[in-house]
Amino acid sequence: MNLIAIRSIYVFEMSRWFRTVLQSILSPVISTTLYFVVFGAAIGSRFSDVGGIGYGSFIVPGLIMLMLLTQSVANASFGIYFPRFTGTIYELLSAPVSYLEIVLGYVGAAATKSIILGLIILATAGLFVPVHILHPFWMIGFLVLTAATFSLLGFIIGVWADGFEKLQLVPLLVITPLTFLGGTFYSVQMLPPAWQKVALVNPVLYLVSGFRWSFYGIADLSVAVSLGMTLAFLAVCLAVIAWIFKTGYRLKT
Amino acid sequence: MQSIIAIAGLAKTYAPRPPMGAFEALKSIDLDVRRGEIFALLGPNGAGKTTLINIVCGIVTATSGTVLVDGHDNVAEFRAARSRIGLVPQELHTDAFETVWKTVSFSRGLWGKPANPAFIEKILKDLSLWEKKDNRIMTLSGGMKRRVMIAKALAHEPQILFLDEPTAGVDVELRRDMWALVRRLRDSGVTIVLTTHYIQEAEEMADRVGVISAGALIVVEDKTTLMRKLGRKQLTLHLHQRIESIPAALGAHALELRPGGQDLVYTYDTNTDRSGIAALLQDVGAAGIRFTDLQTKESSLEEIFVSLVSKRS
Ligand SMILES: Nc1ncnc2c1ncn2[C@@H]1O[C@H](COP(=O)(O)OP(=O)(O)O)[C@@H](O)[C@H]1O
Ligand SMILES: [Mg+2]
Repeated sequence: MNLIAIRSIYVFEMSRWFRTVLQSILSPVISTTLYFVVFGAAIGSRFSDVGGIGYGSFIVPGLIMLMLLTQSVANASFGIYFPRFTGTIYELLSAPVSYLEIVLGYVGAAATKSIILGLIILATAGLFVPVHILHPFWMIGFLVLTAATFSLLGFIIGVWADGFEKLQLVPLLVITPLTFLGGTFYSVQMLPPAWQKVALVNPVLYLVSGFRWSFYGIADLSVAVSLGMTLAFLAVCLAVIAWIFKTGYRLKT
Repeated sequence: MQSIIAIAGLAKTYAPRPPMGAFEALKSIDLDVRRGEIFALLGPNGAGKTTLINIVCGIVTATSGTVLVDGHDNVAEFRAARSRIGLVPQELHTDAFETVWKTVSFSRGLWGKPANPAFIEKILKDLSLWEKKDNRIMTLSGGMKRRVMIAKALAHEPQILFLDEPTAGVDVELRRDMWALVRRLRDSGVTIVLTTHYIQEAEEMADRVGVISAGALIVVEDKTTLMRKLGRKQLTLHLHQRIESIPAALGAHALELRPGGQDLVYTYDTNTDRSGIAALLQDVGAAGIRFTDLQTKESSLEEIFVSLVSKRS
């Protein structure tokens, strides 16, 4: 294992992020604040409590998930797309590093960034509504697992995309809708029965449900199912990445 | 002694990219590069030089054939193979937003070498980059960017350095610095493989030259031997008056009279100290032949390839 190389990629990626850290943090924090103002205060006061939790508090885990997913995908896809775009990928391909090491460096950095953002949003949320965390260990567990999984997905998108438009397309057309429909702002039990079935196809639902359980001990689905689905999704992403590197898809000619 | 690079039966067919079909860029290349030499891969654009280098370095996947780097298969034992190689690619690919220092240090880390600021400092000073070490790369000129790419390739102390068209679009100063550096590296035991489409460059730098054309290696030879074959020049005298045949007084010179009787062509070797031009001109004057114009012309790379290929078949 070329540990020095993994660290080099990781540090390089993190320092790229820190160069523009204010922008990177500011925009998610501002949008979270807006969600709380709009959903929590303005609209939320008209909602009754969900499962005994005030609506503002109820949406905190979902909001963190929303940011975690979009930021993981955005960071990781950009991280690997950028060297492909500038041509500096030649160095990565000619270096004595294995694919696993490349993925660990890039995905590790992307996941770290989104976890930091997730925690910042948690802190921001705490300013607006009461937040308590029933199972901190599981909370961190879901946070890390989700960040890693969606950073892997982002890595795949960054390898697949052959233009900046495609890089934006997937998050816009897939991730955001799935997150909104995945019980971020409501409990699936509020949906009509037919739609509850449809919602079960959405992987984000399992993430949000498990994550919310780690906060308040209430969940739409059993925690074991949530965890299992998250791990399954992680495995799918890993398999796709293994295939990418085995075939050199979009990386080698 | 074992070759530091041993290439056997290496072929590459690029997958079709509509509307273009599949393209056979390399046709079964066999090549051995000796330890410690400067090897020049000479060939026109599109000959397959970059493809060959990129396969050895792991950027392009070969269709068939094997590459051993210091005895290590470059696919099965890619770590051992690649850790010995530094590559300066043909195109300028740089991290625009990074500083020189960071990007060069990053390269060293990527090759798994522990940080060594003193060594990086030495490389940057050798390449006249030290003053720019905290500048972002996008603020540098093209020549400076190329120096950065060389620094990156040297940051991990490679035993083999690949320079793909190192002088394409490079100013005189960098060219001179680069050749000085290449010679110093060779003296310290580094093997150097460079590509070029300039005969002079191969002549100036290399110990051995491989000539590649349309994906095939035509010859691999010691530079001096090859230059004797390649280095021919022609001197053409445009005569004041038509002559019927070459005068007997000029019989000692290898002359040819062009049809029309007004152009005398003298072919000579650029590699000998005495080209014979002075003696020829003296004899031409003594024979009372006057000329109105004179020009010299080097055989073009294309002409040389044609003659090499026809000689081979
Ligand atoms: N990725 C690719 N796909 C298809 N054809 C390619 C690709 N890269 C290079 N070629 C073709 O292969 C041939 C050899 O290219 P190259 O190795 O770059 O030559 P050189 O470096 O000698 O100029 C050229 O005709 C080029 O167009
Ligand atoms: Mg080339």
